[in-house]
Amino acid sequence: MTALLVIEELTMRFGGLVAIDAVSFDVQPAAITALIGPNGAGKTTLFNCITGFYRPTAGSIRLAGDGDRTIELARLPGHRIARLGVARTFQNIRLFAKMTVLENLLVAQHAELMRASAFSIAGLLGLPSYRRAEANAINKGRYWLDRIGLLDRANDPADTLPYGQQRRLEIVRAICTNPTLLCLDEPAAGLNPRESADLAALIRAISTEQGLAVLLIEHDMSVVMEISDHIVVLDYGRKIAEGSPTTIRQNKAVIAAYLGEPEDAVA
Amino acid sequence: MLRDAAVAALAAGLLGLPLIGFRLLDQSGGEGLTTRWPELAAAVALVFTGRLALLLIDGGAVRVALLIMVAFAASAFFVPWPAQFLKVVAVGGAAIIAIRAGLILAGPRPVALAGGAIRPIGRFLPWLLVLFALILPVLPFADRGVVDVGILILTYILLGWGLNIVTGLAGLLDLGYVAFLAIGAYTTAILGTQYGLSFWMCLPFSALSASAAGILLGFPVLRLRGDYFAIVTLGFGEIIRIVANNWRSLTNGSQGINNLPRPTFFGLADFTGSPAPGHKAFSTLFGIPYSPIHRVIFLYYVVLALALAVNIFTLRIRRLPIGRAWEALREDEIAAQALGIDRRRIKLAAFAIGAAWGGIAGAVFDARQGFITPESFGFLESAVITAIVVLGGLGSQLGIVLAALVLIGLPELFRGLNDYRMLAFGAAMIAIMLFRPRGLIATRRPTAILK
Repeated sequence: MTALLVIEELTMRFGGLVAIDAVSFDVQPAAITALIGPNGAGKTTLFNCITGFYRPTAGSIRLAGDGDRTIELARLPGHRIARLGVARTFQNIRLFAKMTVLENLLVAQHAELMRASAFSIAGLLGLPSYRRAEANAINKGRYWLDRIGLLDRANDPADTLPYGQQRRLEIVRAICTNPTLLCLDEPAAGLNPRESADLAALIRAISTEQGLAVLLIEHDMSVVMEISDHIVVLDYGRKIAEGSPTTIRQNKAVIAAYLGEPEDAVA
Repeated sequence: MLRDAAVAALAAGLLGLPLIGFRLLDQSGGEGLTTRWPELAAAVALVFTGRLALLLIDGGAVRVALLIMVAFAASAFFVPWPAQFLKVVAVGGAAIIAIRAGLILAGPRPVALAGGAIRPIGRFLPWLLVLFALILPVLPFADRGVVDVGILILTYILLGWGLNIVTGLAGLLDLGYVAFLAIGAYTTAILGTQYGLSFWMCLPFSALSASAAGILLGFPVLRLRGDYFAIVTLGFGEIIRIVANNWRSLTNGSQGINNLPRPTFFGLADFTGSPAPGHKAFSTLFGIPYSPIHRVIFLYYVVLALALAVNIFTLRIRRLPIGRAWEALREDEIAAQALGIDRRRIKLAAFAIGAAWGGIAGAVFDARQGFITPESFGFLESAVITAIVVLGGLGSQLGIVLAALVLIGLPELFRGLNDYRMLAFGAAMIAIMLFRPRGLIATRRPTAILK
């Protein structure tokens, strides 16, 4: 199986600070890869490099394209990367606060709708081809809102939703861009254990159904260990381990840097 | 309480003594002093009553204060005041204090009122306004002056709607929007006087040149955000004015351009009593007696039609993906980019379209004035247009109409007060900020509804 995303010797420096130091790993299609590590390990910086918000100092990030072709993401602007099928969510939720829940999902389908509206001309004239495209977009929004149980809030401004629902909305908004790789930055942050468990199940289900690769930053180990197929551990910008949840749980370096000793072992 | 009010009146008297009490006269053979005791006394009396009423409100005697103020406002209306201005202050001030007392008596207002109460009115108000605008010129009180003010207000509505795309929807605070008005106005003026093009031929050129200027400015500037963007656009507004002032061969410098071609009746007839040879007069075309007001009324309907067309365009484009992308960029640029929205291209589109409406307003500006000078395009104009958009409620087309009516209409209503009319402008602005801090119409209509 060829990897969907290949990160090679990726380095990101801010002045004298090396935030990411020659990190390499692969992301497999239709699988969940978790990125864990202590605060300041460079996880979000890595996300920002992949999604085009930062330009990496060195190294390459290659996304599998059609056939054998690969696309180098390291020099592309963010919106181009998004259109190539890499979607993301943010650590601190970034919804379009004053727009409605449904509108948030329609903005995510911008590229598709823009094409259908023929750069607004067909849209301004109200041609049937555009109307059909918009109806389809709304139906897609309806489907996903139904999935996360927000159908009855569709026409409310996004900032009126409770916190946990905003998290879920941000995730389905990213999915509405039709990604092949979904990058989730701490999706379970601030959720209670039950909400976290529900969210983990949702992510797992979506990944399986849609054949969607997920790259996940998360501190909630119950979520990470339960749904991840593969785990990459960062510490001080370096990759210190990588493997399946079982191997990572027993890795000495990871325990020392991040996981800590199990409670019964300390006692 | 009486003592407090007396102290306030005394302070007003002391302050007013040099400001109001004495007046320097420029007579033949030197300067002389006159005194204005009645005016001073009236001002002191005003301060005393006003202060007393405010203290009564604070003291809990709201009903008494309300009664006093209503009676005062009513009587002040008929009492002969020494100066017209004092009468306005007396009646207006009393009315404001009375309203305040009345609001307290009405009890605390629920916060939700801001959104909820507007909705039922909001459905009919736009149509009522359009209807009113359509029949305005035939209403009995509509003389030449009223229709002329109508054109002025419509011009500002047009400008406000143009800026609304840039500032209200795309969230780019453009403080130099007057530049596009200037470019549109100068395009029509130059093409009209030097190349003999008619108003109707110039109109699209004005829109195009302003739009081109918007794109040209947009390329370097749209990388900036927030305050930095505002400052650069502010500079751009000044640059255009200064260029117009100094490029004498093209713009005739500070003397401006005179005798601009007046719009004709779609090229069929002129609006003069004695048309040039080979031309027809509007009055003979329709077989009605000549009147100079025909031209004003015609221009009024032209501006109204342009404004309505612009409005329909904006209402439609707002519901398209590009409109949603504008609003998404206003809400959160980073998130919008992460969803595949090309920030620069989308902002550039907003800038170009907004500028085009400014250019059209410029052509209309020419047609109304008949002459232009660079002075008409100062920063104050930009500030007024921005104020209309912000106070109207960012993004709301209807709010802009209301704000333009208040901010442009009020000062024109008080034109008799000369420079003091700007007080009406200031008072209107402060009142809106106090009572509707998020703009006259703060509710946002979704661009798509899930049924």
